[in-house]
Amino acid sequence: MADTFTAPEELTAYREKLVAEHDPDKRTIVICGGTGCLASGAQEVIDAFRDSLAKKELEHDVALRVTGCHGFCERGPLVVLHPSGLLYVSVGTDDVEEIIDKSVVQGEPVERLFYKDGEGNVIRTQDDLPFYKLQTRVIFGANLDLDPRSIDDYIRIGGYSAMAKALTEMTPDAVIGEVTKSGLRGRGGAGFPTGVKWASCRKAEGDVKYVICNADEGDPGAYANRSLLEGNPHGVVEGMIIGAHAIGASEGYIYVRAEYPLAVELMRGAVEAARAMGFLGENILGSGLDFDIGINRGGGAFVCGESTALMASLEGRVGEPRAKHIHTVERGLWDQPSNLNNVETWANIPLIVNRGADWFTGIGTGDVTDNPWGGSKGTKIFSLVGKVNNTGLVEVPMGATLRQVVFDIGGGIKNGKRLKGVQTGGPSGGVLAEQHLDLPVDYDQLVEAGTMMGSGGMIVMDEDNCMVDFARFFVKFLENESCGKCTPCREGLVQMGMILTDICEGKGKEGDIEVLHELAEVVAEASLCELGKTAPNPVLTTLRYFPEEYEAHVRDRKCPAGVCKALVTYRIDPETCTGCTVCARGCPAEAISGEKKQPHVIDAEKCTKCGICYDNCKFDAVIRD
Amino acid sequence: MAKPRPAGAIEPELKASINQALELHKHERAPLISVLQDINIEFRYLAPEGLKYISQKLQIPLSRVYHVATFYTAFSLTPRGEHIIKVCMGTSCHIRGAPRLLDALEDRLEIKAGETTEDLKFTIETVNCLGACALSPVVVIDSKYYGNLTLKSLDKVLKQYTAGTKAHSIR
Repeated sequence: MADTFTAPEELTAYREKLVAEHDPDKRTIVICGGTGCLASGAQEVIDAFRDSLAKKELEHDVALRVTGCHGFCERGPLVVLHPSGLLYVSVGTDDVEEIIDKSVVQGEPVERLFYKDGEGNVIRTQDDLPFYKLQTRVIFGANLDLDPRSIDDYIRIGGYSAMAKALTEMTPDAVIGEVTKSGLRGRGGAGFPTGVKWASCRKAEGDVKYVICNADEGDPGAYANRSLLEGNPHGVVEGMIIGAHAIGASEGYIYVRAEYPLAVELMRGAVEAARAMGFLGENILGSGLDFDIGINRGGGAFVCGESTALMASLEGRVGEPRAKHIHTVERGLWDQPSNLNNVETWANIPLIVNRGADWFTGIGTGDVTDNPWGGSKGTKIFSLVGKVNNTGLVEVPMGATLRQVVFDIGGGIKNGKRLKGVQTGGPSGGVLAEQHLDLPVDYDQLVEAGTMMGSGGMIVMDEDNCMVDFARFFVKFLENESCGKCTPCREGLVQMGMILTDICEGKGKEGDIEVLHELAEVVAEASLCELGKTAPNPVLTTLRYFPEEYEAHVRDRKCPAGVCKALVTYRIDPETCTGCTVCARGCPAEAISGEKKQPHVIDAEKCTKCGICYDNCKFDAVIRD
Repeated sequence: MAKPRPAGAIEPELKASINQALELHKHERAPLISVLQDINIEFRYLAPEGLKYISQKLQIPLSRVYHVATFYTAFSLTPRGEHIIKVCMGTSCHIRGAPRLLDALEDRLEIKAGETTEDLKFTIETVNCLGACALSPVVVIDSKYYGNLTLKSLDKVLKQYTAGTKAHSIR
């Protein structure tokens, strides 16, 4: 660790020293320590590598780097060997010895740990894997090169150089000019041009100004922010320091979900490390900027992702939004000018400062030369989840099509099923259908299709997912999360939820769909904050693209996907049943009876319609109608 | 023998922890939520005497402390079990079978989400999203993540926690 830096030259010299001391060809075992891989047992694998290297007295010759999320969560724990670039997937503790003995020591691959695609092709390195190869990982790529607990790693790969450049070579207006010119738009969802926001906050009058990082990633199904916080925490801190300089802020806050304990821990560590180096505190790098960052944990309220609710929560109050007659850039936190941006927005800032707006506008759609709303520039990280083969985090240029993301990168739908829909934008977004596969995904195209970018959740659904149930899921979600302050949202969602529940339970009646439309319109029009205003989107888009599914529920009392319990029954086809007894043994309700090698029968009285027998039967003898 | 404390008096252990949390967060301009977070994690719930003490120490009306404590879902006002089982009900988990997992879990432990078993061993909670969507459906027990769960593997996981206890026979 270095002493506190007081001038940019000292930081440059320190970086040069770090680069000189770093042997780029040193054998390194890179292990993903992101939440996804940890959930698949990465900690045990990390410990096993550490023990084994020590036992073999290799710890000086071979480095072990535990990084943040690599993105390919589906196949974790992931291990990448450097410099060979070999990628091993689903690594277990039993594989560790062999990897060290064969690959690290002798340079031989361990064939069975390579990724194999659906056609049996063996992929040996990350660069050859379509999942990575087809992405543009400008923000996310650094995750592999650094240990999120090491500020030195970040500095070595160029970290904090954008901060030094902005603070000592650029005026605040020049920074804002560059960000505006880049066309960067808010990655939290609505896509407001970041430079325009900064300029308003800079202009606003106040005793102090605040910059805030919105890390309350509440959209269910989205976890890109989490992986940035956990993979490259200093990138966010650096972005915020640059923002503070541009806006004239002296205090910063990072509001992180309490559901992300590792992110909280790593961000705290990053802020402390940055402070120790003099990147936070007084007179940063001798530039005259005084700025520091505090970290607050959220309380599990979805509405706190809304800017005014988040600020209320930072003030120690309940997270209720207020009407934005006066914008938060003028009067936000403690009534002072406050600039709030999403994690991914902040993470883009150092890149724009270092590489320039022209580089950034080279990626993405539209033209932002004269109009910051004229296009969507840069990349976006999507959390590609649901019924897709390669789940994980995917960074693509704005304007990539759904087909590229879901099929080329995501490897298509699980178990050879058909794609039914893709949900984007969380509870505020909507569902896109098969017809949208070639839609270029950017802010404006998504809004036109009735959904939105949101924080980048992309949930893939197949033919086994019911769109009415899905719409109800979001309405129920928002009904629970509505803060209750304004009536349209509080009451409207309850009414919509009741109608949808009726439809799912086979009690739908003629006219329900019209009432849903009417309610949706009022909730969207009259709610106080964006939570309510966008709440009808999941209902409206499913009504628009999947009307036949609603009709099947209401008129025919059928759930075509077989999800809505009240509308399905299970029976066993005596012709196909082999009497293997698997269904009977697996039935939690003990509703299946039959002799061995004789056709089995489901007792409809006892059946709870859990569907376990349907999943378990190898002969497709269980029929759901 | 220790003197019995008067009803409603604060446990010394709780008081000490609150004082510690207040000290830790004293630089924050609005430390209430941070203090509540720490106590809620340590004691697994917020006891009324603790809330009263926090209200006095921070000079915040008790009504406002309760307003905050009841607004945020992270806080519990009733004692929670030794093991807190969080079932993710996020979108990805929903479409990959989380509702079925929750049904099974409620059935096995004979409590509903939000409730605690009588022996104070388990609490089931639902959460909106744990951010481990690639591994859905996901359940977190205490702080350990279990991903790609099926009803079968859920039972296996549960067995690790019920081993040695007489309650909750797992099929």
